Amino acid sequence: MVKKVVVTFPAGSAGRSLTYELIKKFDIMVSIIKADIDAGRNGKLVLELDADRERLGQAIDYMKQSGVDVSPLESKITYDSDRCINCGACTSSCLSGALSIQAPDWKIVFQPDKCIVCKLCITACPLKLFHSSFED
Amino acid sequence: MTKTYEEINDRIRKGKAVVLTAEEVSEMARTMSPKEILDKVDVVTTATFGAMCSSGAFLNFGHATPPIRMERIELNGVPVSGGLAAVDTFVGATDCNTANPTYGGAHIIENLIDGKEIILEAWGKGTDCYPRKHIKTRISLDTINEAIMCNPRNSYQNYNVAVNTSDRILYTYMGTLLPHLRNASYSSAGELSPLLNDPECRTIGLGTHIFLCGAQGYVVWNGTQFNCSKPLNDYKVPMGNARTLALMGDMREMSTEFMRGAYFEKYGVTMYVGVGVPIPILDEDLAARVSIRNSQIETFIEDYGDECKLKGKVNYEQLRSGEIEFMGKKIHTAPLSSLAKARQIADVLKQWIENGKFELTAPVRPMPVGTSLKGLEEKEV
Ligand code: SF4
Ligand code: SF4
Repeated sequence: MVKKVVVTFPAGSAGRSLTYELIKKFDIMVSIIKADIDAGRNGKLVLELDADRERLGQAIDYMKQSGVDVSPLESKITYDSDRCINCGACTSSCLSGALSIQAPDWKIVFQPDKCIVCKLCITACPLKLFHSSFED
Repeated sequence: MTKTYEEINDRIRKGKAVVLTAEEVSEMARTMSPKEILDKVDVVTTATFGAMCSSGAFLNFGHATPPIRMERIELNGVPVSGGLAAVDTFVGATDCNTANPTYGGAHIIENLIDGKEIILEAWGKGTDCYPRKHIKTRISLDTINEAIMCNPRNSYQNYNVAVNTSDRILYTYMGTLLPHLRNASYSSAGELSPLLNDPECRTIGLGTHIFLCGAQGYVVWNGTQFNCSKPLNDYKVPMGNARTLALMGDMREMSTEFMRGAYFEKYGVTMYVGVGVPIPILDEDLAARVSIRNSQIETFIEDYGDECKLKGKVNYEQLRSGEIEFMGKKIHTAPLSSLAKARQIADVLKQWIENGKFELTAPVRPMPVGTSLKGLEEKEV
């Protein structure tokens, strides 16, 4: 199974070797979706973990025991496509490629599975059509 | 061979006019000469749907009893001009209330066109002929007199591409510009854009009949900051922000399908305006002009992270590919004006003309020539 999690760790903790340990100890496929490491303060990683349920559970327990906060990626992005004018302004900020606009029809395509919830589209859309909400 | 406006209008009235959109004619030009295009095509429709801050609307509220000389006016809490007689105002698209900066003049115009009610509150000092000092009421397009959209500067002929080499995110009227050249934003319908298809304004002048936000409107003057001095590229297309149009139309005929209030983060309110301009193919020169393709239209790259310096050039085919190379980097490009909407407008205008609902007008006064732009000089006061 695949699980997206937000991992927050205090400065100086095992943040850097974390992904290595997950791979080595639990044989988990780890993709770093987003890394946000604030010098001298907290570090934050958004990870996609792919393994069977048991190993995933063990890995999450292990991280928690090492003083790292693990929570599911809780918010998701939705947008009001009915009011969209297909200007394309949101695609400019969406570096994950979840939002795209191209030939031939030049209409917005939103692929939620690629979204890393960076929320840049919320401010980038001049019609304010994006919202973040809690994942059900 | 040449054609006249009268001949073309006669064909429109008979339902015989051949009308193509600017994109269709550019495609046709790959295999046909300007002479063949002149023979075959009567009118080419051009369009754009972009953010145009220099827009607004004149409203006349009518007189209440007892009457008031409205000297300070608010619409839905947004202060608008109180400087036009007793019960007229001009709602500027970018008017806003600093307490709620995301809603402004453009949204009021949108709400009115949508048929919604707006709260009007006004104050006056009270005079012998206008004794009242305060009024608060609800208005809509049905209850007021005139509602005339009047946009002093729309439909820019080309526009610079915005990038940001600085190390912080910039919030601009060209959208969110990410640091270290992580994106580039552009705003033009390219080969479909009105003033790029008749770059010297041979057929677009005062009195030109146009599509404006769903209504049949007119070009009423040259737009402000009308600039004929921009450099031309090899295809005689001006590069960067050059000519502009001043436009007018009746708000009651408009639809929010073709206009929208908008807010650019940390910049302010603006209005998306849909404009369609028909170009009569009077001679071979015009046939050649409307054949222009995205690869032949170039614009400058402007660095908003470094004092808006112009640092390179690029064409619209490259911009539309989704990625450009600049300063040794591959940069993700994104539009800011809607090509999908512009195409819809060019198609609607084409249908109007084909169905005999829309005729062309020759300009009653041509656009200025030889203009350039002044900066604002600061003098001691
Ligand atoms: S939240 Fe970020 S990744 Fe998701 S759609 Fe918006 S800009 Fe793209
Ligand atoms: S920025 Fe907003 S209006 Fe423009 S294309 Fe994206 S979702 Fe649509």
